[in-house]
Amino acid sequence: MNWTWFHKLASPPHAYRIAAQLLPWFAWPAGALIVAGLYGGLVLAPADYQQGDAFRIVYVHAPGAWLSMLVYATMAVAAAVGLIWRIKLAHAVAAASAPVGASFTVLALATGAIWGKPMWGTWWVWDARLTSELILLFLYAGVMALRASIDDRDRADRAAAVLAIVGVVNLPIIHYSVYWWNTLHQPATLTKIGKPSMAGDMLWPLLLMLLGFTLFYGAILLIRLRAEILKRERDATWLTTELAR
Amino acid sequence: MNDILDMGRYGAFVWPCFALAAVVLVWNIVAARRLHTAARQQALRRVAAKAAA
Repeated sequence: MNWTWFHKLASPPHAYRIAAQLLPWFAWPAGALIVAGLYGGLVLAPADYQQGDAFRIVYVHAPGAWLSMLVYATMAVAAAVGLIWRIKLAHAVAAASAPVGASFTVLALATGAIWGKPMWGTWWVWDARLTSELILLFLYAGVMALRASIDDRDRADRAAAVLAIVGVVNLPIIHYSVYWWNTLHQPATLTKIGKPSMAGDMLWPLLLMLLGFTLFYGAILLIRLRAEILKRERDATWLTTELAR
Repeated sequence: MNDILDMGRYGAFVWPCFALAAVVLVWNIVAARRLHTAARQQALRRVAAKAAA
């Protein structure tokens, strides 16, 4: 197998330039999908027969929860690539992902709590799904704090990568918690994509929001990655020519 | 319009969630752009200092 493309992608100057080129391809579709999803979810979708209009919270809660896990998985894979193949750019991807993932974990937890009050009668329960999602937030905080606490960048990268990889064990726990334990949180709506437990009128705005949020993460990652590359490559000669453009 | 704001008496729960989502999205854009601008300016200063030396 020819790995030239991989090595080229891992080169900071190439990644810096390609990130700029890719950015509009993520940002504009993300904006359009989120606007369409919001319109579909807030205006076109009918109220739920049990939850009424409170169900509409799912249009921001589910994308937040999805990204909280997707970003962590991305961060952990990047961390593993950085550790195993010693690719510095992979550590930059991991560093760029952590704050984004943490912000979407906060969104998932907060919107879940706000939805829980009228539906469950409580803001919070120490339910397996909620607790494991809260642990995810602590893992993000731990990875960021560990990285910030070590001055030497290589050591900080390695330490944060080990913690990120160890924390991956929490992802299947979050996903399967609703099946493994008797939780108050309902089972997944969308994993059984062939037979989703949601009416089509309610489903398509959710799918648009999920795709829109995913592309949004892609766009933010590209901007943050460019910033990370600039910080990490500050003494590189290619940067002088790049900045002169 | 009132129906949309009222959200079937759940408006006090629905709208704060959407507002929070907006805050998270906007924060991500602003923070990422600021980070990149600051990194770029710092890099430009280093390049200028090197050229002057």
